[in-house]
Amino acid sequence: MSAVLDEVGSDRGLLGPDPISGRISHLDFLESEAIHVMREVVAETRNPALLFSGGKDSIVMLRIAEKAFRPDRFPFPLLHVDTEHNFPEVIAFRDARAAELGERLLVRSVDESIRAGRVKLRRPDESRNPHQTVTLLDAVKEFEFDALFGGARRDEEKARAKERILSHRDEFGQWDPRNQRPELWSLYNARLAPGEHLRVFPLSNWTELDIWQYIEREALAVPRIYFAHEREVVVRNGLLAPVTSLTPARPRETALTRRVRFRTVGDITCTCPVASEADTLAKIIAETAVATITERGATRMDDQTSDASMELRKREGYF
Amino acid sequence: MDTLRFTTAGSVDDGKSTLIGRLLLDAKGLLEDQLAAVAKTTARRGASGLDLALFTDGLTLEREQGITIDVAYRYFATPRRRFIIADTPGHEQYTRNMVTGSSTADLSVILVDATRGISTQTRRHAAVAALLAIPQVVVAINKMDQVGFDRAVFEEIGADFAAIAQSLGLGKFSLIPMSALDGDMVVRRGERLGWYEGPTLLEVLESAPAGRPATQLRFPVQLVSRSRFGGRREHRGYLGRVESGSVAVGERVVAWPHGIEARVDEIVTLDGALRTAGAGRSVTLVLDRQVDIARGDVLSHADDAPLALRRFGARLTWLDREPLSTGRRYWLKHGTQTVRAGIEALESRLDLATLQPDASATTLGFNDLGTVRVAVARPLIADLYAANRATGSFILIDEATHHTVAAGMISEAANG
Repeated sequence: MSAVLDEVGSDRGLLGPDPISGRISHLDFLESEAIHVMREVVAETRNPALLFSGGKDSIVMLRIAEKAFRPDRFPFPLLHVDTEHNFPEVIAFRDARAAELGERLLVRSVDESIRAGRVKLRRPDESRNPHQTVTLLDAVKEFEFDALFGGARRDEEKARAKERILSHRDEFGQWDPRNQRPELWSLYNARLAPGEHLRVFPLSNWTELDIWQYIEREALAVPRIYFAHEREVVVRNGLLAPVTSLTPARPRETALTRRVRFRTVGDITCTCPVASEADTLAKIIAETAVATITERGATRMDDQTSDASMELRKREGYF
Repeated sequence: MDTLRFTTAGSVDDGKSTLIGRLLLDAKGLLEDQLAAVAKTTARRGASGLDLALFTDGLTLEREQGITIDVAYRYFATPRRRFIIADTPGHEQYTRNMVTGSSTADLSVILVDATRGISTQTRRHAAVAALLAIPQVVVAINKMDQVGFDRAVFEEIGADFAAIAQSLGLGKFSLIPMSALDGDMVVRRGERLGWYEGPTLLEVLESAPAGRPATQLRFPVQLVSRSRFGGRREHRGYLGRVESGSVAVGERVVAWPHGIEARVDEIVTLDGALRTAGAGRSVTLVLDRQVDIARGDVLSHADDAPLALRRFGARLTWLDREPLSTGRRYWLKHGTQTVRAGIEALESRLDLATLQPDASATTLGFNDLGTVRVAVARPLIADLYAANRATGSFILIDEATHHTVAAGMISEAANG
């Protein structure tokens, strides 16, 4: 039997309801908006999928999907585009979470795209992150997906800040930032021509801090590497780069053991941890609230190549 | 803590991006690496210090041309409140993005360049704010440093704006003199505008009422679930968001357009059942009897029924390069329903120079505002926009290009 909660009593997070205005709390507003978006897109598209990587934003996306559709099964499969350069604990988490929810997980890998000659690397050790686009668009074609839910947030990056909640992609998967559909009120235009698809970002209005507060409120499990742990790293371009079998220390670099955590988890070759003592959600939230560097700035080598690297990748069909 | 959504609008060169950069900088909404990147770019261009506009101009083309092309959303918080800024471009051809940013705003900041006074763009921005019924407007009279912080300039522009506000029927507005470049009256008062006794911009933002939805219950059904809620085989769940008002277990509700009455048995969420659900909350409703309800239907309380409209008057802002055609049919999306619609007549186009309706207009072009008569193939379960923003608004979609071509606000329930 489920407990009966009053509207006002249903808040468990840091941000309770505002007693004066009677409006729902910040996190409840964001949650309800995300649920609303997910339901609209399910109602208006033929064959959506939800991108799930095992990272914190996509973990929140799965929770939103539960809130939107339980007790029913999700009306879409989960899809992961695996660079096979991911942290093993994140992949294990991904599989365990999908199994726990009883939902179908589809995995397509950049390795397959390389073997099939669809992706050609200049150097064997280069980052596979941008190459995910090929694999992703191939998966869209293979499964005939017409909408992909992603966990991207507008606070992450300047080009993302310009993106709509429903973002239209042409038949080549391209994003045209100058020709986006106006998005008014909560009225989303999901109409598509054959071969086109939508990227849908229900967490557009969330910040990194909102994500962590929500994970704490909902008591969601996240991969261990988000918490402070001892790790071998080298200092490279002002960032801490993890030392792994894929990314060994380069000549003249000295590997150091540091207490670190990841703010974002992605391809090992371009994702860096930050020095941190935060080994609980409460400490991560406290650290995030006073962070002095943006999430991507602290962690992503691929965004540092130019001011516009995200925009360029997005135009080509990246997440 | 609550959230205020506001929009910023200004003509090219009014210093809007600079204002937002200043607001974020002085309210500590920027982080070190963002500051470092902007300092680097500013220096590369041979300037010193920080070019504040670079914080918001995110696209390559925007930085190359020094203009804002598309809406950018920014997030910051002070100890009192959280803010979502929709930073909308002022350039004439991008006015549709201003409409986009304004549609969800509780407050609009309109920038005016003190050295140039009111422009056509200012009139357009005020007209959009009036049209979308944004509850509060702040007129930021910027670049006061370039007019010697002259009070007479401020007052003259203020009087001009008041005249515009009156002809447009714009509600509450306030005027603030400022220098976004130096920061006077944005977050800090500064020393040079001593004659101005009103609040700073941040003080206004922190104290403005966050928009409150209407009080009538409106629950547009998004999806129907056939799960066995509460173990009762015949009971379906209606998935949706309470757009306005609130709903409680035990209340009698009516499902429109068919007018079927039922009692609310359960308000289901993943976290357990609720006794009541207020505006903005996404839930699943279970009713006490089997009724035929589908996506697009709307639930209300029995004594507070919405309108059922086959024909109505509406205000439109035209957002597409291809002008309005009264001979064509469009898709009209309203709430969770999409129907075929035709524009039966164009009554007038707003002349932005005179702010008077022009009844001789034959079409609406890109960025035009006008009044039309609409006919729909199935009744809209709706309210007037003035009474309910959520159920009084709609968009038009081109059947061929799938562009969102117009934003509409229901202004008059007509029969016939």
